[in-house]
Amino acid sequence: MNQPYEIVIGLEVHVQLLTESKLFCGCSTKFGAPPNTQTCPVCIGMPGVLPVMNRKAFELALKTALALNCEIARFTKWDRKNYYYPDLPKGYQISQYDLPLSRNGYLEIRDPSTGSCRRVRIIRVHLEEDAGKSMHDEVAGKADSRIDLNRAGTPLLEIVTRPDIRSPAEAKLFLTELKLLLNYLEVSDCNMQEGSLRVDANINLHVTTPEGVVPTPIVEVKNMNSFRAVERALSYEAARQYAEFLETGKRLGEVPKQTRGWDEDAQITREQRTKEESSDYRYFPDPDLVPVITSEAELQAIRTSVGELPAALRSRLESTWGITAYDSEVLVHQGRAFVDYFEQLARVCGDGKLAANWMQQDIARVLNDQEITIEQFRLSADQLGELLRMIPERRLDTRRAREVFNKMLETRQTTAELVAQMGSVELDDRQIEDICRRLLAENPKTVSDIKSGKIKAVGGLVGQAKKINPNVDPARVRELCLRLIEEMD
Amino acid sequence: MGISVEEVRKVAMLARLLLDDEELQAMSEQLTKILDYMELLRRVETSNVEPLAHPLELVSVFRPDQLAASLPREQALACAPRHDGQCYLVPAVLGEL
Ligand SMILES: [Zn+2]
Repeated sequence: MNQPYEIVIGLEVHVQLLTESKLFCGCSTKFGAPPNTQTCPVCIGMPGVLPVMNRKAFELALKTALALNCEIARFTKWDRKNYYYPDLPKGYQISQYDLPLSRNGYLEIRDPSTGSCRRVRIIRVHLEEDAGKSMHDEVAGKADSRIDLNRAGTPLLEIVTRPDIRSPAEAKLFLTELKLLLNYLEVSDCNMQEGSLRVDANINLHVTTPEGVVPTPIVEVKNMNSFRAVERALSYEAARQYAEFLETGKRLGEVPKQTRGWDEDAQITREQRTKEESSDYRYFPDPDLVPVITSEAELQAIRTSVGELPAALRSRLESTWGITAYDSEVLVHQGRAFVDYFEQLARVCGDGKLAANWMQQDIARVLNDQEITIEQFRLSADQLGELLRMIPERRLDTRRAREVFNKMLETRQTTAELVAQMGSVELDDRQIEDICRRLLAENPKTVSDIKSGKIKAVGGLVGQAKKINPNVDPARVRELCLRLIEEMD
Repeated sequence: MGISVEEVRKVAMLARLLLDDEELQAMSEQLTKILDYMELLRRVETSNVEPLAHPLELVSVFRPDQLAASLPREQALACAPRHDGQCYLVPAVLGEL
């Protein structure tokens, strides 16, 4: 369906940084502690205390800004953003206003189905502190709100994009890529359920009308608790704005900016009460914190810690191992350790495509079934590579390789041992039966021994069967010989 | 240059200060005097002076990312007008209209 409008979306993402302690004090940032057990006079805003900046938080912020291709400010400072809310004990949030630590970056996103790339520009990445958490008793409408300040003062990175995103699906794609990047950088665990990644979106439409293109009022959408929710909320909001535009004709600037919250249960957005005059934060430089100057040497040290990022990694995997964009997408999405395993596997077996298939099918299935990560997987890439190498060498077909693989998972035996034991090709029942019948006919003495109760003698037959064809399964030969002898009477 | 009673009312609201008409009037006059003084300072030639972000000469003060003891909860909650032993209690905060 072709809509007579273009969707324009900008995102504001808050990411909790992976530090042990808070941004300005030594309280723990660990999630899930009992309420108000991780606070101190600094983070609950007692008079007379002084904040001191966490070096690790600042470095993680710089690392992220560099990975997002931002210009890094050599001189940066912190400001107070003033507003009253019960979860903000000081009455202001320490944030960055006119001299953020970085600006003007971008993140490239690639549509995996079309392979087309788009650049989403980043306005700024800055470092600020988180607020606490307010909990409302939904049932008892008028009851008190309860405030937990454990999260107050946790280091947050604010990442703001330009309104470069053109669809709800693209918003989800951007967030997925951003999250992957942050995981590779090891700056955040990006756990949305625990609030370590939060997304707000600004969205409006550019409607094509007979009088030209008309922008609709911008709406800020909040309360989206998963990337799926972001996609759905924005789709809903686009349709709602269009319906509203048809009804009222209101355009950008004619109504104040609205904030709407996503209601996951109802799958709609609802208008929210905004903090009164919230645009008037009366920022001013925080006199308790001195500015930070970053030297070229410090910046260089952080630059080297950045490592290979998802986009570069994908292209390299594609060119080095001849795998498709789809394959590299899936592999890289599984994280660095998964990619490292893949590369070693591909190196040992000598076939990137084959290794990529096994990673995505057999290995992914085992990891999923056993609920483990690749680090906990019991076969090394070298072991498995030895096995897979036999496929292109035509010593083993894929089906047999899969059986050997499953056996390896159970038995700890090596590839060589198992292949010697199991043979390289699985025989069908008919072939095994033929071998057994032939052996019984050729060994009347053994048959009569077995009949008289010396079951052990069957071992001789199994040995001979393996000589005839090493691919026989010894257990099956044994079982079948015994059954055939029994049926003789 | 000056600051009207209306502007003072708005700033007072943002700062959660409840001022009566007389106080608003007084504040308006006092703040106007302060702003007039700022106006005087503004006339000083500063084009060759670098903007100052902080009066101290110190820069780049950091602490290592190390844990320190937090307050016992009873002690943290003790200063609050109301609490339930776990959380601070405040009048209901409503997100939606
Ligand atoms: Zn603290």
